[in-house]
Amino acid sequence: MKKVKILGSGCAKCNQLLDAVKAVIAAEGIDASVEKVEDIQQIMAYNVISTPALVVDEQVLCKGRIPSYDELKELLTAKSQGCCGSHGTKSTAGGSSCCC
Amino acid sequence: MKQGSMQQFSEGPWFQQVKWISGFLFAALLWVIIYSNLDWCAGMLLHLSGISRANRFGEALYFFVYEVPKVLLLLTAVVFVMGVIHTFISAEHTRALLSGRRTGFGNIMAASLGIVTPFCSCSAVPLFIGFLQAGVPLGVTFSFLIAAPMINEVALALLFGMFGWKVALLYSSMGLAVAIVAGVVIGKLRMERYLEEWVQKLQERTVSSEVDSEPMSLTLRIQEGISHVRDIVGKVWLYIVIGVGLGAAIHGYVPENFMASLMGKSVWWSVPVAVLIGVPMYSNAAGILPVVQALLGKGAALGTVMAFMMSVIALSAPEMIILRKVLKPQLIAVFAGVVAAGIMLVGFVFNLVL
Repeated sequence: MKKVKILGSGCAKCNQLLDAVKAVIAAEGIDASVEKVEDIQQIMAYNVISTPALVVDEQVLCKGRIPSYDELKELLTAKSQGCCGSHGTKSTAGGSSCCC
Repeated sequence: MKQGSMQQFSEGPWFQQVKWISGFLFAALLWVIIYSNLDWCAGMLLHLSGISRANRFGEALYFFVYEVPKVLLLLTAVVFVMGVIHTFISAEHTRALLSGRRTGFGNIMAASLGIVTPFCSCSAVPLFIGFLQAGVPLGVTFSFLIAAPMINEVALALLFGMFGWKVALLYSSMGLAVAIVAGVVIGKLRMERYLEEWVQKLQERTVSSEVDSEPMSLTLRIQEGISHVRDIVGKVWLYIVIGVGLGAAIHGYVPENFMASLMGKSVWWSVPVAVLIGVPMYSNAAGILPVVQALLGKGAALGTVMAFMMSVIALSAPEMIILRKVLKPQLIAVFAGVVAAGIMLVGFVFNLVL
C-alpha cells in the first residue's frame, strides 16, 4: 500500500489537491492511504517551500501546483519513486518542475 | 516526461511541440487583432444599441464595454507570460540564488526575483522558514516577501491597461524601492530574536538549497502558461467586471474634481490616511484598481492614489495573521511600519514632483 501525504497549511489549493488525489485513488482503485499534513514543522521536514506538495512513500513528487488527473494517476501508480526517482538518494529534495 | 513513453512516434514530442507552438502563434495573432480593434468594437456595440455617448449613461456604458475586454485581454496576456516564466524559476531556484547574499545586493536581487518567482500568500510561512534555513538573511527574505505580492501580474496588467505604461513602470520601480529599502532596514535592525522560538530553533537546522530540475519541453511551458491563465483569470475576472462597473459609474456620474478636496494634491493628510485605510484592507488588485483609476479622473492626486494601491496590495490583515505564526508582534509591527512608511514616502514624493 502506498502512503500518500498532502503537505499544506490549509489553503484552498491544498484542499483542491487533496480532493483531486482522493478522486484519482477512488476512480482508479489504487491501494493507498491519504493523510493531510498541516503542521508547519512537519512540512519543513520535507524541505518544501511551496505548498501544496504531494508526497508518496516519503518522496516529494510535486510542489506548489495541482497536477492534472492524468499526471496524478501516473504519479500515484508509478512503480516506485515516481519521476524524481532517477535523481537517486535525495528523497526529499525533488525539483518542482521535474514531476510534471 | 509525461509524453514520450506513452505516445506513438507520430504523436511524439516533436509533433506535439509544433502543434502547441503554432497554436500559440495563432492565439497571439488573434489577440493582437482583437486588442487593436477594441475601440471600434465598443463604438459599434454602442451604436447598435442606439445609445448615444453624449449622455452620462452612454458615456459610462462605453467606458464599461471598452475597458472590460481590454483589461481582460491584457490580463490574459500578462498572466500567460508570467505562467511561462514561472516554469523557468521556482521558489527553490530563487532560494538557491539568494542563499548567503549580503545586505544590499541581496535585497536588490530578492526584490527583483520576487516579481518573477511564483508566490502564493498561503505558502508564505514555509517559504519564509525555508529561506532562512538555507542561509538567506532575514532582511533579504523580507525584501522578497514585500516585493512578491506587491508587484504581481494582476496588478501589472491592470496598471498597464488602465493607467498606461508610465504609471505601471513607476508603480513597479517604486514598489521595488520600498521592498529593497524596507528589507535593508529590517536587516540592519537585527530582528532575528523577534522570530518565534520554534523558528529560531528550526533555523539552526540548515538545509541545502540545491535544486535539481529537468529541462522542460516548450509544450509543457505553454501548457503551464495556459493553466496559470485559467487559474488567475478564472479567479479575478468577476472582480474586474464589478470593479470596472463601479469605475464606469464613477466615471459617468461623479462630478469632475469631486475628489480634489479629499484626495487632491493640496491635502497633505490624504497620503497617510490613504495608507492607513489601505494597509489592513484585503482586496486583490483586480477589484480595487478600476475604482481607483476612476477616482484619479475626478481630481485625486496620483501620489495619493499610488500610495493607496500599494498599501492595499502589499499589506493586508490576513497576511499579518499568517506571518504571526513565525514572527513575534514586535517584528510584525516593524515590518508593517517600515513598509507603510516607505509607501507614504512614495506618495508624498509623487504628489510633490508630478
